[in-house]
Amino acid sequence: MLKHWIKGIAGAVTLAGLAVPLAANAALSDDKVKIGVLSDMSGVYKALEGPGAVIAAQMAIEDFGGSVLGKPIEIISADHQNKPDIGASTAREWIDAEQVDMITALDNSSVALSVQGLAADKKIITLNTGAGTTALTEDQCSPYGIHYVYDTHALPVGTATAMVRNGGKKWFFITADYAFGHSLRDNTGAVVKNLGGEVVGNVNAPLSTNDFSSYLLQAQSSGADVIGLANAGQDTVNAIKQANQFRIVQSGQKLAGMLVFISDVHSMGLDIAQGLQFTTAFVWNQDDEAEQWSRRFYERHKAMPTMVHAGVYSAVTHYLEAVKATGTDDSDTVRKQLGEMELNDFFVKGGKIAPNGSMLHDMYLVEVKKPDEATEEWDLLKVVSKIPADDAYISMADTKCSLVNQ
Amino acid sequence: MMNRILLVIMIVLGLTAPFFAYPVFVMDLLCFALFACAFNLLLGYAGLLSFGHAAFFGGAAYVAGYALKEWGFPPLLGILTGTGFALLLGTVFGYLAIRRQGIYFAMVTLALAQIIYFLALQLPFTGGENGLQRIPRGELFGFIDLNNELAMYYLVLAIFLIGFGIIYRTIHSPFGEVLQAIRENESRALSLGYDVDHFKLMAFVISATLAGLAGATKALIFQFAALTNAHWQTSGEVILMTLVGGLGTVFGPVVGAITVASLSHELSSFGSWVQVILGVIFVFCVMVFRRGIIGELQHRLSRRKG
Amino acid sequence: MSMQVILAQALLGLNVGVFYAMLSLGLAVIFGLLNIINFAHGAMYMLGAFIALIGYSLLEQWFGISLQVGFWGSLLVAPLLVGLLGILIERTMLKRLADLDHIYGLLLTFGITLILQGLFANYFNVSGTPYPGQPESLSGVVNLGFMYFPTYRLFAIVFSLVVCFATWYFIEHTKLGSRLRAGVENPNLTQAFGLNVPLMVTLTFGFGAALAGLAGVLAAPIYSVSPLMGADLIIVVFAVVVIGGMGSIMGAILSGLALGLIEGLTKVFYPPAASTVIFFLMVLVLLFRPAGLFGKEK
Repeated sequence: MLKHWIKGIAGAVTLAGLAVPLAANAALSDDKVKIGVLSDMSGVYKALEGPGAVIAAQMAIEDFGGSVLGKPIEIISADHQNKPDIGASTAREWIDAEQVDMITALDNSSVALSVQGLAADKKIITLNTGAGTTALTEDQCSPYGIHYVYDTHALPVGTATAMVRNGGKKWFFITADYAFGHSLRDNTGAVVKNLGGEVVGNVNAPLSTNDFSSYLLQAQSSGADVIGLANAGQDTVNAIKQANQFRIVQSGQKLAGMLVFISDVHSMGLDIAQGLQFTTAFVWNQDDEAEQWSRRFYERHKAMPTMVHAGVYSAVTHYLEAVKATGTDDSDTVRKQLGEMELNDFFVKGGKIAPNGSMLHDMYLVEVKKPDEATEEWDLLKVVSKIPADDAYISMADTKCSLVNQ
Repeated sequence: MMNRILLVIMIVLGLTAPFFAYPVFVMDLLCFALFACAFNLLLGYAGLLSFGHAAFFGGAAYVAGYALKEWGFPPLLGILTGTGFALLLGTVFGYLAIRRQGIYFAMVTLALAQIIYFLALQLPFTGGENGLQRIPRGELFGFIDLNNELAMYYLVLAIFLIGFGIIYRTIHSPFGEVLQAIRENESRALSLGYDVDHFKLMAFVISATLAGLAGATKALIFQFAALTNAHWQTSGEVILMTLVGGLGTVFGPVVGAITVASLSHELSSFGSWVQVILGVIFVFCVMVFRRGIIGELQHRLSRRKG
Repeated sequence: MSMQVILAQALLGLNVGVFYAMLSLGLAVIFGLLNIINFAHGAMYMLGAFIALIGYSLLEQWFGISLQVGFWGSLLVAPLLVGLLGILIERTMLKRLADLDHIYGLLLTFGITLILQGLFANYFNVSGTPYPGQPESLSGVVNLGFMYFPTYRLFAIVFSLVVCFATWYFIEHTKLGSRLRAGVENPNLTQAFGLNVPLMVTLTFGFGAALAGLAGVLAAPIYSVSPLMGADLIIVVFAVVVIGGMGSIMGAILSGLALGLIEGLTKVFYPPAASTVIFFLMVLVLLFRPAGLFGKEK
């Protein structure tokens, strides 16, 4: 307890107006760069981000040499428990009392929106790698918020288009009942309708549902061709497994996982998941460079990286490069620099961070391999097609973000 | 005598805390302390165990948050709106719950509170899982900017002291004495001609209202109203705070709230071990430390004197 | 609304209802003798499920014992272990609180709930771990005409019903049961007749806990095994108990089943109300029949 009280002194002194405000370009504030990794460490999204994201961030810092501009790079992490109020109050304390300069991970759209909003008020950069909602870069966009790996606009472009072209015209959605699910459902519905399909029904299921049977039966009785799963992580896994138990697919309906991670495929097993198509930003063995990093990651995490893990590494690395290039951790300067850089590494090729915070990069439509196609435990996916960045992300001409076009 | 010393310590600490501790955290403590005091009025003085006080705490946070954010109410009016809601809710729940006694009373309040939790999850105006985010702190009396942490802090301290004062007055009024008589022996109070149900209901409503005041204030501090506040675990935490500090003592809940909240905050990096530790403290208090910190202190002092 | 959908959701509702019934039955049995509400009942249900999970897949990894307890084994082992834990809690702690206000018993078991829940949340994902040990013989699907229903779920329904009614028969129609009831009605007199009432109390608590553990094993293959699975359930079961009243064993069973059905049907007609319908029914019962449907006020 004592530690905490003392730590507070710094914050209180600043509040009392005794500290001299730091000049904008005076190198590093507090003589260090501190990165916060705020993620779901214990729940429904643990496998896709969670502790793996901390490892990825640590690897990025180590590979960067552990220091920038001659000062140490520190890392702090916490569990937001998928609760936006806990996320926001942790972030508030990190910024006020722990001198955190940048917050990353944030795999839950509700948490992401609350932290990005708070960070914007406090002028702190957020590099979001885990959340999906396009609201982060649309109606709630922030000058300090960057959305790095994927969003709910990019996901349906590949997946839903492929399903509708294959005859899946009538859709029924099972939606995770919060910001992310709603956003994914609406964006997918728009794609389906654009291609001449229709949405025949929807049911909202609470986040972290363990029994999807009654929702699946509603979907079944709707007469839809496709049951769209607008959820993620363990929820998707449970829904697909239970659909299998109730013979939903065998009765003639198709399942479309609108957001699937390689960790989900691994946990379902190829017998159940084979043939499933979905959209992703990254496959660990997509090329040699990616595979090399992924195997290093595997050594430490005992699981291959999801697109989010790879994204955390890439985001932290580029943030540190921007700090190094500009010689400061001042958020405005660093954000400007990030917007001017072209991002290139094993995760992203030719990526650009748009003014609304969206990181524009290519995505992939992938298919889950058949059991006999897999050569090793984690060899689960094959790339069907590439989705160019221009198709995947909302263009600056169409964005509703108030930072652009006004 | 002891109460007077404690009062002085509490006020001095309260006035100086933001200069040696993280103010937002201390504000959080004050909200929980007020919440625990309100809860103690019911359990410690009327002998009624409510397992659903999170409904008033969380419910008031939502209503206050909505009034501040969507209707643009000034801060104090927003808090009052939330508190008013807790008063109404307390009246309804109290009316239903006092129909049953003892353990049933606890179960009924828990189940009623669960309705509020699910409504908060499902009604559109609460934002569901997202909660109500970015509630504006606004300006007190139209000119004091509450985004200044110090201004916000002293407002919260004032609210806490007012709430605490109301509870103190209630306990030491004839009304409070009747409550304690009911707790000691309900049938005797009944035979003395007291309308027991009426007194119980009054105590329930006052307790719920002040719990709401604490919740509404919390929404303003964190600019957030969320499901956590309305969850049954929050109801459990407030029981623990009261128990640790001392049931039926004036300052016990304050001490208990500071102890429990600081502990869970300091241990938060240990994940679920916090819950285990809180559970162990719970068991310890129930088994061998039923007087609580302040209760034990008072007991020892009076024994030494007499 | 087609008949097919209604039947399907009703059956799923019954599936949930048998778990309500088993848990409220355990609560009622314990309440009858000890006059306390066991808040840890949900945690014991969770514990049952975890014993099954650990027994099936983690014994070797955790303790280096190359032993696997399958589903059928768990049906026996888990209730036994949970029952023993119950006996331990009763003997070492609850017993000492017997002379105090009964709310202390509730508070104590609440504390135990936090401990158990927190312990498992440290080692297991809070959103659940799938139980891989569902027996091959129950893994198929039954075509009921109006729907395909997993064989295992059907088994769970039938098995739970058998356990519930066997318990009822035991308490209401056997000699031992009648002694138990005598202990409830008048402990002092029963003691005077030479029956060991404290032992009966302990065993009863253990039995109630074992029922919760058994329900947990049955639930494991259906729902993922999660540290929070009991917490979500126990509050609903409290409402079930308030609605049914604690007066009778049959009351507890029937109200559990009925409320599961009602909840399932609510999903057909107005899905958003499914999670609250039981609580609203509780309010109605409190207004018009405060002692509960089957209850007699003590």
